[in-house]
Amino acid sequence: MSVVLVDAGGTNIGSVRYALQRLGVDAALTADAAAIRAADKVILPGVGAAAPGMARLRELGLVELLRSLTQPVLGVCLGMQLLCAHSEEGSTECLGLIAAPVRRFVETAERRVPHMGWNTMVARQPHPLLAGLGDADQAYFVHSYAVAVGEYTLATADYGGEFSAVIARDNFHGMQFHPERSAAVGARLLRNFLDL
Amino acid sequence: MLSRRIIPCLDVRDGKVVKGVRFRDHVVMGEIVELALRYRDEGADELVFYDITASPEARSVDRQWVERVARVLDIPFCVAGGIRSVDDARAVLHAGADKISVNSPALERPELIDQLAAAFGVQCVVVGIDSLRDGDGAWRVRQYSGDPGKTRALARGTLDWMIEVQQRGAGEIVLNCMGSDGVRAGYDLEQLSVARAVCRVPLIASGGAGAPEHFRDAFNAADMDGALAASVFHSRAIAIPELKRYLRGQGVAVRL
Repeated sequence: MSVVLVDAGGTNIGSVRYALQRLGVDAALTADAAAIRAADKVILPGVGAAAPGMARLRELGLVELLRSLTQPVLGVCLGMQLLCAHSEEGSTECLGLIAAPVRRFVETAERRVPHMGWNTMVARQPHPLLAGLGDADQAYFVHSYAVAVGEYTLATADYGGEFSAVIARDNFHGMQFHPERSAAVGARLLRNFLDL
Repeated sequence: MLSRRIIPCLDVRDGKVVKGVRFRDHVVMGEIVELALRYRDEGADELVFYDITASPEARSVDRQWVERVARVLDIPFCVAGGIRSVDDARAVLHAGADKISVNSPALERPELIDQLAAAFGVQCVVVGIDSLRDGDGAWRVRQYSGDPGKTRALARGTLDWMIEVQQRGAGEIVLNCMGSDGVRAGYDLEQLSVARAVCRVPLIASGGAGAPEHFRDAFNAADMDGALAASVFHSRAIAIPELKRYLRGQGVAVRL
């Protein structure tokens, strides 16, 4: 199985790559359209901000390519947000593959932003990506923007209100948390993606 | 619900994990990767590695061990020590660290925080603050605390600095209360509570953990997002699984 990590300039690419290595998969890091198109699985990582993330994908000429992919695609953290329609972060038009808005967490005394740490996920729809996810399973989140809950939401987490922890539409999937840093729970969900 | 985090801190010196008392007299506690995995297995939520001599020696953190840790560790970790520029930070993040923490270099050049936040997003940027109460009762910032011979007392008030670093783009603050560090008599709840009131980003308590009750108080009394400790974990005086079960019994949301 060939897995590629789209090199969109995110800084957590190393971590995702190492996590895949721990699962026995050596993923190539690439921005080459042909290599991405030919891969069995495509992962779009990314830490940073939506506008520079999209700008980088445009610069690399990858926007239309990513939209046209038919193999399983996984966006992680910002990568998930980039799959959506629009992000409030820098008022950015994203890839528009999943019709959900990305909004900033409203800060309150109880809700510090960024949302940083381990939070429980609740499955909302059966999906092979969530196979084996237990009721009390937690994942590691670090983000200030979140995808609203909607028809594409597979799992939610609660941070002063529910938001999408896992989303999917057709072959496009997103995880708001960092599976590469979510211990056994994260490894299981990454494995599930590789097994799709 | 978001869990409160238990964060073992590994002070790194010359490629080994060390621990001193009140930031002095460092003794070797073990190998970096070995200790990192031990804490992961025990249920640590995150790890912080401080290259405690990098800043006083004016050099950047050694990337090689960062990469070794990143390859094997599947929980988040933050690296601190001598990150003086966006390039230094990028090297550490590309080596696999999830966050970088700046302390002394941010005091030298506060705009470093703005630059890091712009380059990597606030979620990557942790600001460590070493704070000590002076004779007049005010908490003030210390610089270069990794080396007692070079530690400097600054005129900058701790709370003023906390407010400034948030405005500049700190995504998290670790407040090291130096007066309680290493003596295991409890976190400085007074200082932490005052700090909490001015801190709108995640705030991590550091300095003074000696018993499970101290962690409970940091969470339940001072509303900390995480509690950092070193010697009690290294010495096995407190085991993380028992600590977390205790905390859950005390009404603290933790990951078991």
